[in-house]
Amino acid sequence: MFVTYLFVAVFLCMMGYTCYYAATHQQELINNSYNGRQELFIAQNTRGRIYAAGGQVLAETKTDEDGKETRVYPYENLFAHAVGYASNGRFGIEAESNYYLINSNAKLADKVENDMQGIKYPGDNVFSTLDVGMQEVAYQSLGIYKGAVIVTEPRTGRILVMVSKPDFDPNAIDEIWDDLIADKESSVLLNRATQGLYPPGSTFKIITALEYIRENPDTYSQYSYQCGGRFSHGEDVINCYHGTVHGSVDFKKSFAKSCNSSFANIGMQLDRAKFGETLDSLLFNGKLPVSFAYNPSRLVIDENTSDSDVMQAAIGQGTTQITPLHLNMITCAVANGGVLMKPYLVDCVKNAEGNVIKQFDPSVYRRLMSEEEAAILTDLMEEVVKSGTGTKLSGLSYTAAGKTGSAEYNSVKSDSHAWFTGFAPAEDPEVCVTIIIEGAGSGGDYAVPIAKRIFDEYFGV
Amino acid sequence: MELYITELSKYIITLFIALYTLECFLVFRHPDEESRAGCYIRQNLLMFLVHFSCFLVICFETGKPEYLLFYALQQILLFATIVLFRMIYPKGNRLIVNNMCMLLSIGFVILSRLSFEKAIKQFFIVAASIIAGMLIPYFIHHLKFLKTLTWVYAAVGAAALGIVLILGATTYGSKLSYSIAGLTFQPSEFVKIIFVFFLASALSESTAFPRIVLTSVLAGIHVLVLVASRDLGSALIFFIVYVLMVFIATGNWLYLLLGSAGGGAAAVFACRIFSHVQVRVQAWRDPFSCIDDAGYQITQSLFAIGGGGWFGMGLFRGTPDSIPFVEADFIFSAVAEELGIVFSMCMILICVSCFIMFMDISMKLQDRFYQLIAFGLGVIYIFQVFLTIGGGTKFIPMTGVTLPLISYGGSSVLTTLVMFFIIEGLYIIRQEEGARRDKKKKRRRRAEAKERRTAAEEE
Repeated sequence: MFVTYLFVAVFLCMMGYTCYYAATHQQELINNSYNGRQELFIAQNTRGRIYAAGGQVLAETKTDEDGKETRVYPYENLFAHAVGYASNGRFGIEAESNYYLINSNAKLADKVENDMQGIKYPGDNVFSTLDVGMQEVAYQSLGIYKGAVIVTEPRTGRILVMVSKPDFDPNAIDEIWDDLIADKESSVLLNRATQGLYPPGSTFKIITALEYIRENPDTYSQYSYQCGGRFSHGEDVINCYHGTVHGSVDFKKSFAKSCNSSFANIGMQLDRAKFGETLDSLLFNGKLPVSFAYNPSRLVIDENTSDSDVMQAAIGQGTTQITPLHLNMITCAVANGGVLMKPYLVDCVKNAEGNVIKQFDPSVYRRLMSEEEAAILTDLMEEVVKSGTGTKLSGLSYTAAGKTGSAEYNSVKSDSHAWFTGFAPAEDPEVCVTIIIEGAGSGGDYAVPIAKRIFDEYFGV
Repeated sequence: MELYITELSKYIITLFIALYTLECFLVFRHPDEESRAGCYIRQNLLMFLVHFSCFLVICFETGKPEYLLFYALQQILLFATIVLFRMIYPKGNRLIVNNMCMLLSIGFVILSRLSFEKAIKQFFIVAASIIAGMLIPYFIHHLKFLKTLTWVYAAVGAAALGIVLILGATTYGSKLSYSIAGLTFQPSEFVKIIFVFFLASALSESTAFPRIVLTSVLAGIHVLVLVASRDLGSALIFFIVYVLMVFIATGNWLYLLLGSAGGGAAAVFACRIFSHVQVRVQAWRDPFSCIDDAGYQITQSLFAIGGGGWFGMGLFRGTPDSIPFVEADFIFSAVAEELGIVFSMCMILICVSCFIMFMDISMKLQDRFYQLIAFGLGVIYIFQVFLTIGGGTKFIPMTGVTLPLISYGGSSVLTTLVMFFIIEGLYIIRQEEGARRDKKKKRRRRAEAKERRTAAEEE
């Protein structure tokens, strides 16, 4: 009897496992490039369209009289990285939603009709969250600079803008592919918004400040420091940006003025083990909850981290590397009362007749910080705009909050990447913007004006 | 038009097989064969419908009339099997015959889809096996000396495996088969049955410790020869059936514990020293990391299972051909892809239903020898099903054994049919035992009544 039950139990497990595996891994399996079944779908269905949130076509397949298919991207370079391309290994939404695009859930009657006429079935269409108007503003604002812009809604996680430069024309991807691959220097194919790893510079002070508040919840507001333009500890020296002397600063002012010396001082006072835990909880060195290609940010701090490294890390220099996407996610959590929503690019999938096949709703990833911590950080970031390095955003019809950064990436010269990450309106955040401009100079001078143009576009100013 | 038929047929076929499977288990609610008759008739009807719908789709998809003819031949064979068996052995178990025919028909459908020539070849092997197999229950019933051949079984079994090891052709890293007059045999298949007979007769005579040791040594020789031939799947089957039969014969949990521990240690050891075992374990753990070589088969199998969805792609609509050895080792994946996951789950449940019936027959048999044979064959059958389906779905590492009655392979299908017919023979023995017991009971009751009457009269 025991043996019978044993085998029946084992079989039930196996059946459960098989059903579960097949149901949960179906898309992943179909998308695998070794899976010949893709070809079956591609031969049977015309690849579906990709739409912007406003209904504009971002990608579609056109079939000429001979049955030859061409993938057309009407906006050319504008959505090169976000929408991606459908050949050469696929990228962007074309890769992420490949399963939906090559499938067809058209009505059976329509399929039969197509069979009669000898044409392929229409693939399902993918509706993205991207906003053409804002994407254009961000794209134009970056100008000839290399860099990236990502704009999201903190309350939902919808990604409205995803720009990466340098870019390319996906219409010509097959012709330019070899050149792009050969060009190792400018990494045109890299989506800098999600894959580009940069030193965060002063934008990292959001995280250092968070850790300081966590460790000193009652006394952080009494913090004060006398800034002489530099902070030295043993042989290590940290300079304020361009050697500015900030004088007597409290916690708020240290943040608003982005005083490196004061933050190096703060960094030295932090419990390194706890700091490391905070970093992990903020998704450093780990996976991000997104379904498109990205690189994990890197920074490890523990008991063994040296003083010198902690000082550098506290001001976002040294070995720290972060993607604009990740910084945007942390900023979103601050804006959304501490709760991070999963960022997403695809809103829904509809069949050719327009019936929804799959709807992607906003979903909570998890709480990254308490509501109180988020409120304190929001207050600090508002001060940056009011009186600190982000004053180019002050005095507008909306109140913005944010943090600038000027990340030095070249130890010899004083070149820096211009950063801005922030949101508006500060009292009830609707939109969150993260910008990096490679080698432009200070964040306050170069990134903040772009943020302003994007906010203006969003609020219709 | 074609599209309507394929789309609709997917759901209809799934519905029919689901109902059939339901009947498989409803059967167990009835105590005896007479009251099960209704279930059996419904099963036969549903089986016919599944088989017919599948071939209807095949004919529509291919547009070839030879499939129609082939279908007719299959239908005649299966119909004749069911009817003739009932006529020859009125006391036989019809669930086993029904399930056997159902599984065979699934095998015919999927093989016809994969390769018409192989399906034809398989059909003739099945036909010949069934004709021969019809005699088996009679022999099992009447040849009483089968119990006494203990050491003969061991010698024949070990020798057959040994010959393969020495002479056999090397197929894919394992020496498994040899050819006589153009026919390739895979002796490990047939030796499975002989091995069960050996264990059953050895253990039914005595379960004293020295006997267990002697049996273990002989069983160990079988397993080691198989390991040396690098046929690890069969070695595992032999080992498991040995451990479980010793456990059942002695009722001693210590043997089960020892066996499991020994098996576990051997598995770890095999993993350490055999590179081909390591490769398979690696391919099981993360097949996608070695998708180009070791993981290729398993990933293609997963693609097939994942591609079909609950109701399948429809026959001839998928690409099961992309899996190497699909018709033998990975037939389950082909079924799952084209006929759907629900269908393939029903197929597993039909196998489980066979197994439960085997175990039921075993438990109710009085004679120790027959009891152990039914048990051993049941374990071999279900464990083989487990190995092949578990391997194809990444539940366990792949071992390269066939799915009984469905996979392509003459030795495999012949052996399984023989096993099924042996069990039928045992069932008939059990029915007679039961009848005899009933008779005895009746006689005793009558005697008691008589006594009571005389006692009453005396008073």
